[in-house]
Formats: sequence, structure tokens, C-alpha cells
Amino acid sequence: MTNATHGTPAVAERVGTLDAPRSPYVRKKTTRGNYELYSWVFMRASGVVLVVLVFGHLFVNLMVGDGVEAIDFAFVGGKWTNPFWQVWDLLMLWLAMIHGTNGLRTIINDYAERDVTRGVLKGLLYLAFTIVVVLGTLVIFTFEPCPAGADPELLASFCTA
Amino acid sequence: MPTAQGGTLYRGREGMWSWVAHRVTGFAIFFFLLVHVTDTALVRVSPEAYNAVIGTYQTPLMGLGEAGLVAAIVFHAFNGIRIILVDFLAKGPRYQRVMLWIVLGLFVVTMAGFLPRHLMNVFGGQ
Ligand code: HEM
Repeated sequence: MTNATHGTPAVAERVGTLDAPRSPYVRKKTTRGNYELYSWVFMRASGVVLVVLVFGHLFVNLMVGDGVEAIDFAFVGGKWTNPFWQVWDLLMLWLAMIHGTNGLRTIINDYAERDVTRGVLKGLLYLAFTIVVVLGTLVIFTFEPCPAGADPELLASFCTA
Repeated sequence: MPTAQGGTLYRGREGMWSWVAHRVTGFAIFFFLLVHVTDTALVRVSPEAYNAVIGTYQTPLMGLGEAGLVAAIVFHAFNGIRIILVDFLAKGPRYQRVMLWIVLGLFVVTMAGFLPRHLMNVFGGQ
């Protein structure tokens, strides 16, 4: 960080133009924007929503019926022909990825002290974010539950009905 | 920043360890999510490809891994709510330790509901 002279200009300014006595306190303007504040709020807001989305996801996929044993192509076919689960999974994908990526950004900032290391790690992080979010979104919306020529045994029952 | 010379407000005890656990679980969940979106994407390749990979999730070893992952998510979720309450309730910081014990209690109850069912699905029958 190049913070050696941070604050000095503001002090000089203060000395030059003293505030009138008992004028109300005004926060010093920062030039950095409010990014970290918004990110802090987002971590909390998305966390609350994710509790519902993730617990619902785990319950339906792991607890109902035969749980993980029941998951196969036909199971996914049954879920993603329903717009409700499409929207659910899309929201979960985006919120979890932004929340997780932002969390990892914090962790990188904490431990990677060299500028180059930090830059490279964050570059990889944002690359992974982009690939996974684009891939996941495409899959949810281009999914074909009854692909032509596939073994009907492997498909949801409504494909052959 | 990570090299502070001791005596910080947060060093040691429940506050620090819950923070460590929150960080480790968040980290682990993120990397699982990368893998999980990719394996699910195989539904675009073919039913056979998807079933082959998801079949490996139904083995005993992976079944235990899933149990660990669910444990990580359940802790992170409940402790995340605790963090939010610490931040937003006027008396939040004062009750942070009590709330951690509540988090751990809810964690045990939730896992007690989930584990038998999941382990039966993975190890029992068929
Ligand atoms: C299930 C509901 C969830 C809740 C309630 C929740 C809540 C939170 C909260 C409150 C924070 C602290 C943010 C801060 O200190 O500013 C946080 C951090 C974090 N979360 Fe979550 N989260 C949830 C799900 C997830 C998921 C699904 C992932 C992974 C994709 C994740 C990854 C992380 C990471 C990596 C951090 C940063 C940890 C750190 O800075 O030490 N969380 N979470």
C-alpha cells in the first residue's frame, strides 16, 4: 500500500480553512466509492436467501424419496421441465457464485500480500466465476429432457408417454 | 495485515474459532460448487455421461464426503445467520458466544435429522 502520505492533504485543507465553530460534523469524503459497503450488505442479504434456496435444494435432492440414490438423468429431467425449479436453481447458482466469489476475494486479500500474487489469484477466481456461471446458466435453459435417440430407459417417464 | 503482533480484540476463544470455521467451510463449499456445476453440466452431453458420473456420488466413500459437505453447509448457514445477528442486533455482540452455542445446538439437531436418512440411502438396501 502506498499510504505514507494518506491523510496529509485533508489535514492541510483543514488547517487552511478552519470550520466555523459548532458547525455540524461532516464525514471526510473518500475517493474509493462504497464498493466494500455494498459487498458487505450483499454477503448478508444473499446469505439469508441462500439459507432457503440451499436447504430446499438439499432437502429435495437428498432427503425426499431415496435421496442421492435416486438422482439420475431422469430425475434432473423431471425437475428442469418445471419452471419453478429452473428459477430456483438459477437464483441459487448466481447468488451462491457471487457470494462465494466475493468471499474468496476477501480471503485472497487477507493472505496474498504481494501485488502480483493477489492479481493472479483474483484473475483465476474471476475466470472460474465467469466459466461456471455461464456454463450453469446455459445448462439450465438449454437442457433437453428427452433427447432424440436416447435410451428410453434412462429418460423421465413423460418422455415416452 | 495478517501479521498483526498479538493482542488483537478477536484473538482466541469462541469468536476466533467460529470465524476460522466459517472461513474454512465457505472456502470448501465454493470449490465443491465449481465441481458440482460442472458435473451437472454433463446432462447436456448425454444421459449415459451424466449417470456415469453421478453414479460415483452414490458410492460409500462419496456418501461420506457428501455428509461432510452437508455438515459444512449447515454450519456455515447457521453461523452466517449468527454473524448477521451480531451485526444488526443492538445486543448482538454481547450475545455472540451464547448464539454460537445455539448454532452448534441447531447444527447437531439438523445433522441428527439428516445423517441417518442419508447414510441409509447410501449404505442400506439395493
Ligand atoms: C447457506 C447460506 C449462507 C449463509 C447464511 C452465508 C452467510 C455468510 C456470511 C454472513 C458471511 C460473512 C461475510 C462478511 O464477514 O462480510 C459469509 C462469508 C463467506 N461465505 Fe457464506 N453464506 C451462505 C452460503 C455460502 C455458500 C453456498 C458459499 C460458497 C459458494 C459461501 C462462501 C462464503 C465464503 C468463501 C465467505 C468468506 C469467508 C471469510 O471472509 O472468512 N457461503 N457467508
